[in-house]
Amino acid sequence: MTANPLLDASGVAKNYGAVAALRNASLSVLPGEVHALMGANGAGKSTLVKILTGAISANAGRILIRGEARDIRSPAAARRAGLLPVYQEPSLIPDLDVLSNLRLTGTPVEPFRAWVRELGIPDLDLRDTARDIPLAILRVLDLARALAVEPDVLLLDEMTAALPANLAEKVLEVVRRQGDSGRAVIFISHRFVEIAALCDRATVLRDGATVGVVDIEPGVEEKIVELMLGTRIVKTHVAARTAAQKAAPAPARPRLAVRNLRVGTKLSDVSFDLADGEVAGVVALEGQGQDELFAALAGSIKPSGGTIEVDGQPAKFSHPIDAIRAGIAYVPGDRSEALAMQRSVRENIALPFSAALRNWGPIRMRRERATVLSAIQRLQIDTRAQGEVQRLSGGNQQKVTIARWIAADARTILCFDPTRGIDVGTKQEIYKLLRELAGHGKSVLFYTSELEEVQRVCDRVIVIFGGRLVDIFPVEEADEPALMRAAYGLPRGAKADIGILADPSANPSDSTSANASDAPEAAP
Amino acid sequence: MSTTAIKPQPVPYGRRIKRFMADRPLVPLIILLVILVVILQILRPGIVNERWIANTIKFAIPLAILAGCQTMTMLTGGIDLSVGTVATMSAFIMATQIVNQDPAIALLLAMMPAVLIGLVNGVGVGVFRVHPLIMTLGTSLIGTGCLQVYQRTVIASGAKIPDFLNWLGTGVTWGFPNALLLFVPLAALIVFTLARTGFGRLLYAVGDNERATRLSGVQYWQVITALYITSSVLAGITGLLYIGLIKAPSLSLAEPLVLPSVAAAVIGGTSIFGGRGGYTGTIIGALILTVLTTLLTILQMPEGARRILFGLIVLFVTAAYLRIVEER
Repeated sequence: MTANPLLDASGVAKNYGAVAALRNASLSVLPGEVHALMGANGAGKSTLVKILTGAISANAGRILIRGEARDIRSPAAARRAGLLPVYQEPSLIPDLDVLSNLRLTGTPVEPFRAWVRELGIPDLDLRDTARDIPLAILRVLDLARALAVEPDVLLLDEMTAALPANLAEKVLEVVRRQGDSGRAVIFISHRFVEIAALCDRATVLRDGATVGVVDIEPGVEEKIVELMLGTRIVKTHVAARTAAQKAAPAPARPRLAVRNLRVGTKLSDVSFDLADGEVAGVVALEGQGQDELFAALAGSIKPSGGTIEVDGQPAKFSHPIDAIRAGIAYVPGDRSEALAMQRSVRENIALPFSAALRNWGPIRMRRERATVLSAIQRLQIDTRAQGEVQRLSGGNQQKVTIARWIAADARTILCFDPTRGIDVGTKQEIYKLLRELAGHGKSVLFYTSELEEVQRVCDRVIVIFGGRLVDIFPVEEADEPALMRAAYGLPRGAKADIGILADPSANPSDSTSANASDAPEAAP
Repeated sequence: MSTTAIKPQPVPYGRRIKRFMADRPLVPLIILLVILVVILQILRPGIVNERWIANTIKFAIPLAILAGCQTMTMLTGGIDLSVGTVATMSAFIMATQIVNQDPAIALLLAMMPAVLIGLVNGVGVGVFRVHPLIMTLGTSLIGTGCLQVYQRTVIASGAKIPDFLNWLGTGVTWGFPNALLLFVPLAALIVFTLARTGFGRLLYAVGDNERATRLSGVQYWQVITALYITSSVLAGITGLLYIGLIKAPSLSLAEPLVLPSVAAAVIGGTSIFGGRGGYTGTIIGALILTVLTTLLTILQMPEGARRILFGLIVLFVTAAYLRIVEER
């Protein structure tokens, strides 16, 4: 508290109609620190960030930059003031190549190149069109672009979400060095390991107000979780599956049988079964073909080879409707891909009901209402802003995408990274829900980019690497080191020492005895 | 992004009005309509009487139906510029075929091009993904061309306006225009379709996020094809009504209504980008435009100045309305 803060915001408030997204938020960032901004979904993190970076304007509050009151009216003004954000969504214009994108923002090219190399991408061609670059790389490019203009305060929103571990590690390293060089970084993340390794202090938001600023030291997680959740229940453990449950008699034929599935050059020769009543995990590094696998099973893209059998019958999906008719529903990782943002929660949940031609007639409102309500209750969706889905928090939006298929009573749900960028409490609810679904005889295919989720949710784990299925683990053996090794395409049992865990401070001694329940948890 | 609801405590007066308007987007439109009528009454005392009202409604109805076509297509992010041609075609064919055909057959022949153009529009937009603006502009030109060819073949037969269209278009019963007999059920049907049917839901959803509807199992081409056929059929019906009102079949009969129909939908609060809007606003938008036209006519300005003023007012009203209704 001796140095003058680089950025000092206090009393910030923002209302959307009758909903107060921020009531009294404050944030003070010192030179040379990496400052975590934390809070459950809907606590107002995103809103605060948008206000600080000029994307929206606050209704009240004071923002001081280097002690001077500044009125940040636009992203350009924030930029001039030395504040630069890297949002969760990639910001390069898809139809321009990287170089043109750089020119557009007046970013110096050489420093950008240097940062890109530094961040672990040695072979970037600046002539590549942004559209053709994988998401994970795009996010790193965004970061490099921000770093290249040497901002005083860098704002990173869920920077490591959806990044494969090797890139995430590089990113964290670079962020740490930013702090060391006297600049400041505001770091928004749900991953305690990262925050513990990286940050000096944390500001915690709850319900639109700052409820605490804490120094990051061993054991502070408890306190942060307490602050974030307030009086709410901290955590409900997913009931451990008993041996009896697991040993359910194997059904005569699997719900879904995938054989030699091939999609272009991205996925080849993938075969596995999915049984009723199980949650099968899919683990893969970014861009290993898992997107294509899910899209093919959902009927979004046509596989170029292999077969998919549903209940023993060969199936050909040429449109998602074919998969839906077979009882297979797809929940995409990107919520904006699944939701009509201007429409109500109810209409979004009921959307599949109207899809078929024969259901275009009058809607039976009462019945629809009942179905939708029961789905809303089952997922405990916060419906205070239900008039437009875009006003819900990310976690609640994610719940809506799932609720739709609960309401439609889909037998098989393909969940693609449903917990990306949402808060701990909602994650727990989603884990629980997936287990319940399996308990009711539904089957779930669950891709996750967070390895610790595997043992909480899955019965089996399918590991994909380079477009091929490399291993299928029973859950007992699927501890993080084992999965990580498999995800890198290393054979099971190999004890090679690879420092790929997202936590750079942790010893990569991943050859310890595989104790299932000891996996690091998001909310210890 | 949610959290605490604001308690209803001292909010600035302006903001309260604004919020009230944002919750009921029809209110500012109705206020505007009333203001226009009042201005009219002040400029020409006594002009606002029963006959004037009936007349205004008569002229607003064809515009309102065509604006309904625009509302529905705009909800999906599209537009239908072929409505003018379709209306003209059905009107012209009706007027020429009625001379030597049975009314039922004439009606059938008159509606045929409407269905056909709607189908082509729908397939073009829904299956081949041509931009609706280009697609409907194209079919509109083709339709106009066909009509010219058709005109030569029937030039000898002459034209007449069927009595029942005359009655429907111009007639007034107990002070109410007969056209309301057609319009009220039609408008109710459109409003009901948009709010309470699966098809209506899909129009909004497709315009909001097409990918999401696809993942929910919606087949885009089905929705779009059905939509453009509906739109064209409505335009055909408008043509029949309009010929009963104007009573002079020509090759550009309904063309002047096309752009006002888009304007009426936009003034009525339908977003041209899709996903937002509704038909009740559009109806009031059509009334506003009709009253505005009368107002500008009695000002006795030169035609040029009138058009300039009309354009400026439409722009101003739309901009102001969006500011009022969208609380950002």
